[in-house]
Amino acid sequence: MSIVLTRIDDRLIHGQVVVGWVQALGVKRIVLIDDEVSANAWEQELYSLGVPADLRVDFVSVVDAARAIDGWSEDATKTILLVGDVDTMVRLCERTSVVRKVNLGGLHEGDDRSQRLAYVYLTDEEASRLRGLREQGIEVTAQDVPTARTIPIEALK
Amino acid sequence: MSDLLTGVVISHGDVAGALVRAVKEITGDDGGLVPISNTGAGRDRLCGDIAAAVGVDSAVVFVDMPGGSCLHATLLELRARSNVAVVAGVNLPMLLDFVFHRDLAPDQAAERAIDAATRSVRALSV
Repeated sequence: MSIVLTRIDDRLIHGQVVVGWVQALGVKRIVLIDDEVSANAWEQELYSLGVPADLRVDFVSVVDAARAIDGWSEDATKTILLVGDVDTMVRLCERTSVVRKVNLGGLHEGDDRSQRLAYVYLTDEEASRLRGLREQGIEVTAQDVPTARTIPIEALK
Repeated sequence: MSDLLTGVVISHGDVAGALVRAVKEITGDDGGLVPISNTGAGRDRLCGDIAAAVGVDSAVVFVDMPGGSCLHATLLELRARSNVAVVAGVNLPMLLDFVFHRDLAPDQAAERAIDAATRSVRALSV
C-alpha cells in the first residue's frame, strides 16, 4: 500500500505537508485532488512553488482520482492524497473503496463552522458527513503534524 | 496617497512579528512594516488580512518561504496589482535595507532588499 496518507487540509500543499509529512513518511509523490485546481494551470504552478525537485506533484479531479487510485495504491511510490474540503473527500470515498483512513489536517474558520480543535473547524453538516465515513468503516482522525497525537472523529465536539 | 512604500511581512507562526519587532529594536522605528501570521488562518482570512495590510498604495510584500500557504495567498490576492512587489525568503538584513529605501519604486526596493539578504548569508571561519 503506497498511499501513506489521505488528508483533508484547506491549505492543500503547504509547509506542514511538504516539510512535516513528506519528510516523516518518506513520500515521493503528492496527488492534489481538486476539481478547480486540476483545471487551472496558474494555480497548479502556484502550488508547485517551493516543492522540492525530488517530490512529484500531480493535479487531478475527483473523477480522475477515482480512476487512478488503484494504480497509486499498488505502485512503489509513497504517496499522499490531498483534498481541500470534506465534500471532496466524501465524493472520492463514494467512488472508491481504497481509502480506509482519513486524516483531518487543517480546516479553518468559515461560515457556520465551529471550532472542534485548534486546527479543525467544521459545520454540523461536515461533522455529520465525516461521521458517515466512519460508519462506513473508514477511520477518521485529526492530526495536524506527524508528532501530534491522533484524535478520532468521535472525540471531536 | 503615501510617498513611502508600505512593507508587509507574512509568515508561519510569529516569525513576521518577531522580525518587525527586531527591526524596531535596531532602528527605533518599525519602518512602516506590518506583520501577518498564518496561524489559525484559512485561505480566505489570510487573503483578507493581506489585502487590508497592503492597502491600495505601492508596497513590497515579504513572505517567509518560496512556497506554501503564505506565498499562495499573497499571489492569489495581489496578482492583479502592478504597484506591489513580492519577495520570498525574508530575513532581517532584507528588512533593515527596505526600511531605509521606502522612497524607491516597489521593484527597485525589492531588488535592493534581495541583494542585501543574499549578501548577508555567508559561512564564516571561527
